[in-house]
Amino acid sequence: MAAEKAEMDALKKECDGLRAQIEAARKAVNDTTMTAAANGVAPLGRVQLKLRKSLKGHLAKIYAMHWSEDSRQMVSASQDGKLLVWDTFTGNKLVAVPLKSAWVMSVAFSPSANLVASGGLDNICTVYNIKAASPKTLRELDAHTGYLSCCRFLSDSEILTASGDTTCVLWDLETGKQKMVYTNHIGDCMSLALSSDMNMFISGACDSLAKLWDLREGTCKQTFSGHTSDINAISFFPSGNAIITGSDDCSCKMYDLRSDQEVTDYTDATLNAGVTSLALSNSGRLIFAGYDDFNCHIWDSLKGEKVGVLSGHDNRVSCTGVPADGMGVCTGSWDSFLKLWN
Amino acid sequence: MSSKTLSSGSIAQARRTVQQLRREARIKRIKVSKASSDLMRYCGEHAKNDPLLMGIPTSENPFKDKKPCTVL
Repeated sequence: MAAEKAEMDALKKECDGLRAQIEAARKAVNDTTMTAAANGVAPLGRVQLKLRKSLKGHLAKIYAMHWSEDSRQMVSASQDGKLLVWDTFTGNKLVAVPLKSAWVMSVAFSPSANLVASGGLDNICTVYNIKAASPKTLRELDAHTGYLSCCRFLSDSEILTASGDTTCVLWDLETGKQKMVYTNHIGDCMSLALSSDMNMFISGACDSLAKLWDLREGTCKQTFSGHTSDINAISFFPSGNAIITGSDDCSCKMYDLRSDQEVTDYTDATLNAGVTSLALSNSGRLIFAGYDDFNCHIWDSLKGEKVGVLSGHDNRVSCTGVPADGMGVCTGSWDSFLKLWN
Repeated sequence: MSSKTLSSGSIAQARRTVQQLRREARIKRIKVSKASSDLMRYCGEHAKNDPLLMGIPTSENPFKDKKPCTVL
């Protein structure tokens, strides 16, 4: 017993030492902030995007949306128990997928656009083939012990999920089995994003931490702190060297992966609503962040200033997405509408 | 705190935490000034390929509703 306590004390002492070492190493490279460094960058002026389409079709709150890689099709999920695949150029609905469980929280398009996946309070990630004559359930990935908050396909044979059980999982769609389980968060995982080379991914959780993972090794490589509440949204900066997070603490933050720390904080004294979702424009200069205040606010990622707002929803903006060609922004809301802006 | 309440589970957890922190401590970090200038350069180089920044001509806007034209 005494030996156990001695070991525990030694381990705790080593933890404290390592944490102090990490903080010191971060401080040693902290020679400026992004905002200060971007002082000489020309300001953007007001960014005014117009509402181009309002997509009407869902009968209840929309919780998630995801663009297809063709930048034309888009899939949305609502607690009316349906997934809808839209042709955003015409506004037409192409496919309707009825869900076994209406409590959906996430939806994803596979890169090939042959498959969509969704999941939520049923703890299951269900994958559908939408190219069949009528949508066919391909797999039910059932191993999480908490709600499914986010899912993203790597290909038609692999998918990554984030869950309220605090883990992320990589699944093999041929076998329906877990290939890797990523454990390190101590709060519900709320969001994930894949790096463009698919060797890494990032996750944001209710423990207010963002983590960078080695997808194939299964290890957590870096941990980013600073938020004071749940992280609901996370995305890579297009260069792959930084990440952006959005939180219930009403702020977004940019963390640089190579400096291993927060470099910008996007806050505004008048913004007292949690961030639900975020997406970046193709150059990374604009951050579109959806908030509980029914708006999507636009931030200058370099100068840390609010440069615009997308107003029009009658309830919380729950999801935001920019297609691969960068031609617009889609916002989805609890008001049951999806809106396209550019 | 009674030493009898320590379980081998919490020692295993503490060992895992130390292992994780060792992994995170040993990475190489670059200066924030260098990281910032790289991000700024990326934005600058890609600005012209960012339709939301540059604006989209009406004729090329995929989301704009096309109204029918009548030739008078």
